[in-house]
Amino acid sequence: MYDKGKIVTGLVIFFVILAFPFWYNRGASSPAPELELTDKAKQAEKCIEETAFMTKEHMQLLNQWRDAVARDGYRIYVSEDGDEYVASLTDTCMDCHSNKADFCDRCHDYVSVSPYCWDCHTYPEENN
Amino acid sequence: MNAAYLYSLIAVVLLGLLAYAGVAVAGLEGLFGIFIPYVALIVFVAGFANRIIGWGKTPVPFRIPTTSGQQKSLPWVKHDKFDSPYNTIGVIGRMALEILLFRSLFKNSRVGFSDAGGYQKIYYKWVVWLWLFAILFHYAFLVTIVRHLRFFAEPVPFFVEMLAKVDGMMQVGAPGMYLSGVVLLGMAMLLLVRRIVLPKVKYISMAADYFPLLLIIGIAATGILMRHFAKVDVAAVKELTMGLATFRPAIPEGDISALFYVHMFFVSLLVAYIPFSKLMHMGGVFLSPTRNLPNNSRAVRHVNPWNYPVKTHTYEEYEDDFREKMKEAGLPVEKE
Ligand code: HEC
Ligand code: HEC
Ligand code: HEC
Ligand code: HEM
Repeated sequence: MYDKGKIVTGLVIFFVILAFPFWYNRGASSPAPELELTDKAKQAEKCIEETAFMTKEHMQLLNQWRDAVARDGYRIYVSEDGDEYVASLTDTCMDCHSNKADFCDRCHDYVSVSPYCWDCHTYPEENN
Repeated sequence: MNAAYLYSLIAVVLLGLLAYAGVAVAGLEGLFGIFIPYVALIVFVAGFANRIIGWGKTPVPFRIPTTSGQQKSLPWVKHDKFDSPYNTIGVIGRMALEILLFRSLFKNSRVGFSDAGGYQKIYYKWVVWLWLFAILFHYAFLVTIVRHLRFFAEPVPFFVEMLAKVDGMMQVGAPGMYLSGVVLLGMAMLLLVRRIVLPKVKYISMAADYFPLLLIIGIAATGILMRHFAKVDVAAVKELTMGLATFRPAIPEGDISALFYVHMFFVSLLVAYIPFSKLMHMGGVFLSPTRNLPNNSRAVRHVNPWNYPVKTHTYEEYEDDFREKMKEAGLPVEKE
């Protein structure tokens, strides 16, 4: 092989970079985080829509709410079950899920999303 | 040859359907989510190393750098450091410009005939489009891959988060649109359209050119679908990918749709296909003798490594053999 030293070094560097997930995590298991529900949420028993829907589509629901409120002036959302909710991030979602750090953030940190909504919107002080 | 892109399209669609049906109908999550990705990775590493070592074993008989600048010669002739590098530093500079900025593609030109002035004449024109599509495509690909590290690292490293912030700066919708995802899909489409629409490029395009493009389009399209239109449980996806990264593979309980497995299957195919295809240019560019050799054949003697050891008889040896006879005959000799 010609230029063996250089070629093999390059190849090794490439494979070490490629193996990043293997050496970075050092094999430590990391299951999805446990989420905590507030007492209020526990009492309500269900979210605005089916849980499976909320897990996957809550961002799109919020986006829909935002457009409905800010553009069309509709502040009432009627769920699939026919229940009425005030379409509000702070007053509705964060009323039930007032434990942002142990609910929203826990999941968001795991999947590395940091919604910029909190630049303007507020959430309740942690109290439980 | 015209049907090459149809064959590739049919192949990609069928492979996508295979993964979709395999998961949605036959419940083969383990096959498409664990087994095939690991096999693909092994094929990639072994195949990649094999190709590189194969190239390393290939002798390069001559200095063949392509030059487009003045070679280093006499001190008063201006030397072009990057277009005709003379030493290692120059070569590193040239390679860096080539790999990071696609410099030689930037010089892409078009030749054609024009009737301007009432008579036909040939013209050469600088054309930037291929370079532009290509560089946007490659950087969007890189950014997308680095951002995807959020699925393979816990805690997620800061540079991944920072990149995601910059990439999502348009803040369109929720979940926010990533520029790189859209650019990747758009540029891959343009590169495909170029091969289908331009007659000259179409003529030299084969299935092996269309297939990887369509596969990448498939990856980007399924990814964007998953993020914005047919949502998946991303936390469950991360559980699966972290299982792969920590060698505790398991299929999590959450709601990961068959679409995710199509994405994953396309990625596995692409990764396993790289060593056997033109996509090997990712390693090949580093080993291109037309780029990575210094143009110094006037200063350094390069011996062809595959030269047969020829038996020579030099003039000095000849003179040694015949010195006395030469002197007798009155011929001049170099050594007395
Ligand atoms: C009336 C109280 C209530 C309101 C208002 C509410 N939630 Fe929920 N939410 C719940 C409960 C209770 C659950 C757990 C349901 C379960 O475990 O099946 C839940 C579950 C969720 C989940 C799924 C968590 C998981 O386990 O995957 C998400 C995401 C979520 N909520 C987000 C929101 C968002 C965003 C809003 C505002 C649009 C909102 N919730 C409004 C009570 C509420
Ligand atoms: C630049 C500041 C700003 C940012 C950032 C922002 N919002 Fe808003 N949002 C507003 C304002 C102002 C209103 C109008 C309030 C009203 O009319 O009650 C609003 C209204 C809303 C509403 C309906 C009313 C309510 O009380 O909630 C929703 C839902 C909403 N935003 C969601 C979001 C989400 C989700 C994000 C993040 C992805 C976000 N917003 C980011 C400023 C912002
Ligand atoms: C089960 C995990 C989970 C929980 C719990 C959760 N989220 Fe999310 N959230 C996500 C994921 C995953 C995304 C990113 C979506 C994607 O990548 O497809 C997201 C994205 C968002 C976004 C859009 C961010 C952007 O700009 O892209 C908003 C807004 C949001 N979540 C609000 C909330 C709020 C408010 C809560 C708490 C009431 C909450 N989420 C709880 C998983 C979760
Ligand atoms: C095995 C490796 C991979 C896994 C597990 C994976 C998983 C995912 C998931 C879950 C999403 C949806 C993200 C969301 O909803 O926020 C996504 C999106 C996407 N994926 Fe992949 N992916 C992989 C490899 C790739 C590769 C190699 C590419 C090509 C460069 C790619 C391109 C995309 C694109 C363009 C999106 C759209 C959203 C975005 O830009 O992040 N993926 N992927």
